[in-house]
Amino acid sequence: MEHIVIIGNGIAGVTTARHIRKLSNKKITLISAESEYFFSRTALMYVYMGHMKFEHTQPYENWFWKKNNIQLVKGYVNQVNPEEKVVTLSDSTSISYDKLVIATGSKPNKFGWPGQDLDGVQGLYSKQDLELLEQNAPNNKVCKRAVIVGGGLIGIELAEMLRTRNIPVTFLVRESSFWNGILPSGESQMINEHIMEHHIDLRLNASLQEIKPDENGRVKSVVIAETGEEIVCNLVGLTAGVTPNIDFLKDSDIELGRGVKVNRFLETNVKDIYAIGDCAEQHEAIGNRRPIEAVWYTGRMMGETLAQTLCGNPTEYRPGHWFNSAKFLDIEYQTYGWVFPEKTKMDNEMHFHWRHPHKKLCITIAFDQSTQIFLGINTFGIRMRHEIFDRWLTEKRSIDHVMAHMADANFDPEFYRTFESEIVSKFNVQFGKNIQTQKKSLKRIFHIA
Amino acid sequence: MNTIDKSMALTGQPPQNLTLGQKLATLLGISGLGILLLAVFNVSFPNKGLWLSISLAAIILGTLWFSWEAYANKIPGIKNDGVWFKSISSRGLWGWVAGLALTGFYIVLYFYPEYLGLTGDGDNKGVIALFDPLSKLLSGNAASQWFVYGTLYTVAILAFGIKFLWKYRHNRYERLRTMSVMFFQMAFAFLIPELMARLNGHKILNGGSLPYYDLKNIWPLNYYNFEGYRIKAFLSSGNIGFALLVFGIVSIFVITPILTYKYGKRWYCSWVCGCGGLAETAGDSFRQLSDKSLKAWKIERWVVHSVVVFVTLMTTAVIYSYLGNDTSKYWLTKSTFLIGVGILLTLIFGWIMLFKRKQLQKDAQYGAIGYFVIIMALIGFHFFSGEGYVFLFKSETLRKTYSFLIGSIFSGVIGTGFYPIFGSRVWCRFGCPMAAIMGVQQKLFSRFRITTNGGQCISCGNCSTYCEMGIDVRSYAQKGENIVRASCVGCGICSAVCPRGVLKLENGPLEGRIDSNQVLLGNDVDLMSLVNQK
Repeated sequence: MEHIVIIGNGIAGVTTARHIRKLSNKKITLISAESEYFFSRTALMYVYMGHMKFEHTQPYENWFWKKNNIQLVKGYVNQVNPEEKVVTLSDSTSISYDKLVIATGSKPNKFGWPGQDLDGVQGLYSKQDLELLEQNAPNNKVCKRAVIVGGGLIGIELAEMLRTRNIPVTFLVRESSFWNGILPSGESQMINEHIMEHHIDLRLNASLQEIKPDENGRVKSVVIAETGEEIVCNLVGLTAGVTPNIDFLKDSDIELGRGVKVNRFLETNVKDIYAIGDCAEQHEAIGNRRPIEAVWYTGRMMGETLAQTLCGNPTEYRPGHWFNSAKFLDIEYQTYGWVFPEKTKMDNEMHFHWRHPHKKLCITIAFDQSTQIFLGINTFGIRMRHEIFDRWLTEKRSIDHVMAHMADANFDPEFYRTFESEIVSKFNVQFGKNIQTQKKSLKRIFHIA
Repeated sequence: MNTIDKSMALTGQPPQNLTLGQKLATLLGISGLGILLLAVFNVSFPNKGLWLSISLAAIILGTLWFSWEAYANKIPGIKNDGVWFKSISSRGLWGWVAGLALTGFYIVLYFYPEYLGLTGDGDNKGVIALFDPLSKLLSGNAASQWFVYGTLYTVAILAFGIKFLWKYRHNRYERLRTMSVMFFQMAFAFLIPELMARLNGHKILNGGSLPYYDLKNIWPLNYYNFEGYRIKAFLSSGNIGFALLVFGIVSIFVITPILTYKYGKRWYCSWVCGCGGLAETAGDSFRQLSDKSLKAWKIERWVVHSVVVFVTLMTTAVIYSYLGNDTSKYWLTKSTFLIGVGILLTLIFGWIMLFKRKQLQKDAQYGAIGYFVIIMALIGFHFFSGEGYVFLFKSETLRKTYSFLIGSIFSGVIGTGFYPIFGSRVWCRFGCPMAAIMGVQQKLFSRFRITTNGGQCISCGNCSTYCEMGIDVRSYAQKGENIVRASCVGCGICSAVCPRGVLKLENGPLEGRIDSNQVLLGNDVDLMSLVNQK
């Protein structure tokens, strides 16, 4: 019986294991040093905030693995030996494999800042990071102020977490506005306002110069490069992105770039070794996607794909239309298709932006100026239907069609106020059109002839 | 600070300690309860109306003040910070204390009302006497233990309802639903029946007396609605009495199926019902304590459907017991009634087995067949046995057993008393026959579902954690499946707490409602059709 060994029990590794089990009775071993059972990484923040206990972040009950004959090994893989087809754990046990899947995820970026390894300086990625945070910042007496470095998704989550324990937070964002390497300016501006509304000390155009220690080797303060200002703090959160967690492969023959290099079949250069999820790097980017995508959904989709290949049905990784989601404090964010910020968008990408006069709601829709084809939408505080936008993108619908049928795409809970007419009338004024909004149609939404 | 164990039972502290205002509010509320407690111990208050008003006002204002301090200065959004750090909401010491206190209250209420001051004949004493002025104001009669209970129940729904409205002020579904349960409790469960009692003896009722009737309390939740004394009272109260009796029958056989088809059982369980109303308001702080394991789900299915069988048998036996045998006196006799029940059950059973069998799991099919055979055998038994015995037991024995086990112990002592231990919907989930009947319909024949938004789920688990019915919502959402579960009461909290906008309660076409396919949008379309090949 073929033995498939998967390093990493995150969403990518676990999805692979589950789908292999659906398709075959191969022997499956999941190795993880991080946790005994699969948990949802994205939910770690809620454990610190007291919304959930750690066990609630585990999507499967503990008996699930045995019942499905997926063997779990707790251990850290030190070495991969492709010639003998063996992986060696840090306690020197070795496990031989027929096929090896590398799904080891990411680790927080450290850019060589002075003091980045001091006590009280940490990232937020793993279960161990959460345990460390519980020690570094259990309350606002131990942690009188925290400084977060890096204005991305993890940074704002960490800020939200710390605020639930009334810990004062200074948030250093290198850019001139929050996450504006991804978001168009109107949206980015709204999030700036929301961050400050939550009493988070947001510093734009501020990057880290150094972290200063006290006499015990703990963090004492940080210095901002642009102003030279020194901020006294007990915790520094390094949240300037993540990088593939592949140091243990350095001496193997597996080709590495920033991540583990893979082709479209998710194969590495070494036969029978594959890489998926955050740690995989495509030789060539797919469409507008980046070669490395540290995204939950990508890990899941790659896992599904690879399981097919491993079970005798070679399948290329061909993700569909881009989508993603996040939550910025109280504001939910969803995106379907591509909306680029002003800095990086193409000349033909036109934007239509609408923002509610006083509520924290806004959308930006991108479309092609010449063909009028809908390219993508960012939506903040208004939930939208994935299936509808996926369909519109596939059908290459025009911006006018999207505008007229916005009601079909709304996914807010029942009785919520809707804003389609405000949105469309602003669009009509701005682009000199006369689009009439269509009523929501269950027939269209559920695709009933 | 090395306090971390392997289970990651993080020993964090509540995000905020109580504010000064909250401490004072607690004092105010407790003093209101204190007045009631003093009355229990027969401290005689000179002006009962005044002291009752003070007590109830203190309880309500204390609750409101406490909640105002908690939510007023916060930005609208999900307010679950520290839920698992607080003793009261995480089965800590205060949770157990509250659970024991509530349980004790229910035991006294159901089984030892004399300790509350019920005297049988003569004037009320104790805390019941304290409620006399309010009762006389409404119905004209002295209070009973049930009036005391009803008043406190209504107070709880109103005060905690307002708290809930503040907590979820960003969510219109939650707000409207809560205003609805507050209205139905206040008007239908509390005021209307009390005021209706004023009609008793009036000529409009032909001099008859209506039984106490909460119109929204539908059989089989209201398991005693068709008992002999009530039927007599209905029939002796003129056209109004007759209309109410007809309404009682129509509400379960006509109104309920129609509304459940259109909107799912939520129209009742989380918009109208009093049990649901209390669970959603006073019980909101405990919703996360429900058991989500597969095992609990299995137990739930057996227990709740057994209660349905029990209440059907019991009601049939009770009605049977007061019907006659002579067709010339009244068209409905023992035999015609039993045959009618037999035909109705056969039709339902046959319809499910013929058309909906595929949607039932194996154990559900066996259970249904088993119970159907038993009921039919027992009905058949009538035709071979002597007078008085239907279903092997005397109908009175069945009635008393049901009333004790299900009506008192299950719905009251366990269902509500154990809120802080088992979560707020233990009764609705494991015990309520009304919920079970609507649940079967919701699963098999209703437009309601919780739609999963394509591939957006991140498996975080907030939905499952905050499902008061113990549904593992995430297990469906992460596969891209819609959630169509018999037990879902449509409270909408899973959708509210979802950080990625994945869940939406909605009514739509039956076609494609239960899609067991993995529709993870975002991946290669061809791959997904491959994954779904079975």
